[in-house]
Amino acid sequence: MPWKAGGLFRPLFIFAIGQSNEAFILVAAATWKITSHICVYTVLRFMNIIEVRNVTKEYSSHTALDNVSISIPKGCIFGLLGPNGAGKTSLIRIINQITGPDSGEVLFDGVPLNPNHISRIGYLPEERGLYKKMKVGEQLLYLAQLKGLSQKEAMEKLKTWFIKFDIKTWWDKTIGDLSKGMQQKVQFVSTVLHEPDLIILDEPFSGFDPINANLIRDEILELKQKGSTIIFSTHRMETVEELCDHIALIHKSRKVLDGPKREIKEQFKTHTYFVEYKGHLDELDPIYQILDQKILEDGYLRSNIQLDGDTNANALLLNLLSKVEIRGFGENIPTMSDIFMKAVNEVPEA
Amino acid sequence: MRNIFLVIRREYLVRVKKKSFLVMTLLGPLLFVAFYAAVIWVALGSVDTKTVQVLDESGLFQKKFKDSETLKFVFIDKSIDSAKAAFPASEANALVYIPANVIKAPKSVRIYAAKNVSLDLKSDIEKVIEKEIEDIKLAEAGITHKILEDSRVNVNSETISLSEEGEKTSSSGAATVIGGICAFLIYMSVFIYGTQVMRGITEEKTSRIVEVIISSVKPFQLMLGKIIGVALVGLTQFVLWILLTTALTSVTSAILGSRMSKDPAQMAQEMQKAQMPNQPMPAGNVDNPVTEILGAVSSLNIPLIIGCFLFYYLGGYLLYSALFGAVGAAVDNDADTQQFMLPITLPIIFSFVFAQFVLRDPDGTLAFWTSIIPFTSPIIMMVRIPFGVPAWELVLSMILLILGFMGTTWVAARIYRVGILMYGKKVSYKELVKWIFYK
Repeated sequence: MPWKAGGLFRPLFIFAIGQSNEAFILVAAATWKITSHICVYTVLRFMNIIEVRNVTKEYSSHTALDNVSISIPKGCIFGLLGPNGAGKTSLIRIINQITGPDSGEVLFDGVPLNPNHISRIGYLPEERGLYKKMKVGEQLLYLAQLKGLSQKEAMEKLKTWFIKFDIKTWWDKTIGDLSKGMQQKVQFVSTVLHEPDLIILDEPFSGFDPINANLIRDEILELKQKGSTIIFSTHRMETVEELCDHIALIHKSRKVLDGPKREIKEQFKTHTYFVEYKGHLDELDPIYQILDQKILEDGYLRSNIQLDGDTNANALLLNLLSKVEIRGFGENIPTMSDIFMKAVNEVPEA
Repeated sequence: MRNIFLVIRREYLVRVKKKSFLVMTLLGPLLFVAFYAAVIWVALGSVDTKTVQVLDESGLFQKKFKDSETLKFVFIDKSIDSAKAAFPASEANALVYIPANVIKAPKSVRIYAAKNVSLDLKSDIEKVIEKEIEDIKLAEAGITHKILEDSRVNVNSETISLSEEGEKTSSSGAATVIGGICAFLIYMSVFIYGTQVMRGITEEKTSRIVEVIISSVKPFQLMLGKIIGVALVGLTQFVLWILLTTALTSVTSAILGSRMSKDPAQMAQEMQKAQMPNQPMPAGNVDNPVTEILGAVSSLNIPLIIGCFLFYYLGGYLLYSALFGAVGAAVDNDADTQQFMLPITLPIIFSFVFAQFVLRDPDGTLAFWTSIIPFTSPIIMMVRIPFGVPAWELVLSMILLILGFMGTTWVAARIYRVGILMYGKKVSYKELVKWIFYK
């Protein structure tokens, strides 16, 4: 392994400095640079299942993706966000090798995308579709075989899913005879049946009732547990809030935001707190400013308070305790929805 | 390759398992045999004799109307009014009235009947009267029957084709029939199976499954798989039709055979009629052409014809179904296909129309060019082959057809690739051209 070799080189390198042999230092430094580069590359390879590098995609009338770079870490649930027409579907289609980028490249597991990767990806498009006149069983077998499973393997895997979802009686039913929710279930099975490393779900919960949506959510979490990486493309911020570890936001063909959800929330914190209280607070105080105030049904007041940069929450609380009766207090953590709106609105018009 | 095979298998099985396929496969030969049986039945069943009363005031036709198997003439001698009055009570089917001045006023002949008389009966009677009047007028002019007979010549030529194998008697009749049938079958199958490809693609597009499929299969593989799958469905149907028709026809013939053994010539003639209902029969009383044709069929190069038929069926189908497929990919639903269908169907329809002319002149300039150009060659060349085509023309036509369908498949694949993911957009020809050259 090259990175192990790099590790071995290090004491030698330090030793070489001691010897102050310039020529040797130069050689050693170069070696170190190369090995560390390989090392970083290898780590990347281990960390990211998808590396989108400077991808640009143009259609005759518009640019769908403009120099987009996104890294999708292995084993996470990745939220791909953006308003309608931002370019999410174009990116997903490139990852699925339905279309190719005009420039830039996409690495899958550290290797440029190639046809062998197709069977390692499961894709649930936003516009669901199955052959209406085909039977459920036949259809799933066909789709599984297209993903490279043998008929026997596909059969076995299908059995477990049919038991899991309690849809054993559906095998010989025609898709057209199923309700929309049932069709969605079948389609979900077809997406994950071949146990792909990367699962791309475009609005996975649309069309499901809350019970089935929960069922699907649990399946998604289980797939993550088993080591699959999941890309969510969605407009539902509560889903992102609940499930995603990482997000990327695409707006007007450009990536405007990406990273772990936790960090992004940190980044978007406004340093405001909410207080629920009884009594009177002045709007302005040396350490804070009341942004808004509303009367709750039970007579308590709820205010959002902006704290100036140097003061911490404890100081604010001490300050307030002397003035009013406090029932609730907390920091305003931005919701994904707030972040989404803010990030989208901040982008200048192209 | 595995994926193409999977697609082919699905396309094939889905269609073959359909009830309509089974119905068509069984019904096709049944309809054919039923038609064939009905023709024989009618031919055999019409032996009941019709009685025709003749009231001849001129006295010229006493012995001239000859009874036939189906017609019996009874001469009556009454006034026309009493004959008309007695007619409904009599058993007769028709009453022919020939007035005394028939020679001077031939149009005064009348046929009375309870219902309209058949055209056959009318023309039979008219023929006898015309001939008699003609004879009388000729005699008046001094020309006897003998002179007339001598001046009549009957030419019945035999066509001999000259080839390396030496002279052999060929029949342009047989070639016409075989060529016509082949051209018709190719015409029909290109239409039927071409539109099936188109429908299938539109269905995949409208049901949105296509995005799922092409995340596993390359668009070109999907398109090709569908085209090949449907081609195999067509071949299966042809083979089943041929087998079933052969079986059913022999059974039918065996059952009806005993009834028509007395007149084999007539039977052959009926068979001939049954096989080509659209072709007008040559006048019935010339030397029976059917026996001639049946004999001449064996002189045709049957293996060559079958081989070429399969080649041109596949070639023509592949050429056109690719284009049909491109149309299916370009539109959102079946209703929108119309505007793009015309330029595809026109050459097919034209070739079928040209085929009628080519049948009459299989070696003419029109025949040559239309059988070389790939868009018309599948139909026209099949018309020409039974008449014999120089080898170089055949080879050239085949090579051009192969190039032709490779070309249309290329064009179709480029339209397909863009079209299947394009929704909600009315596509124009300009747009399609752009797609073709889109990198």
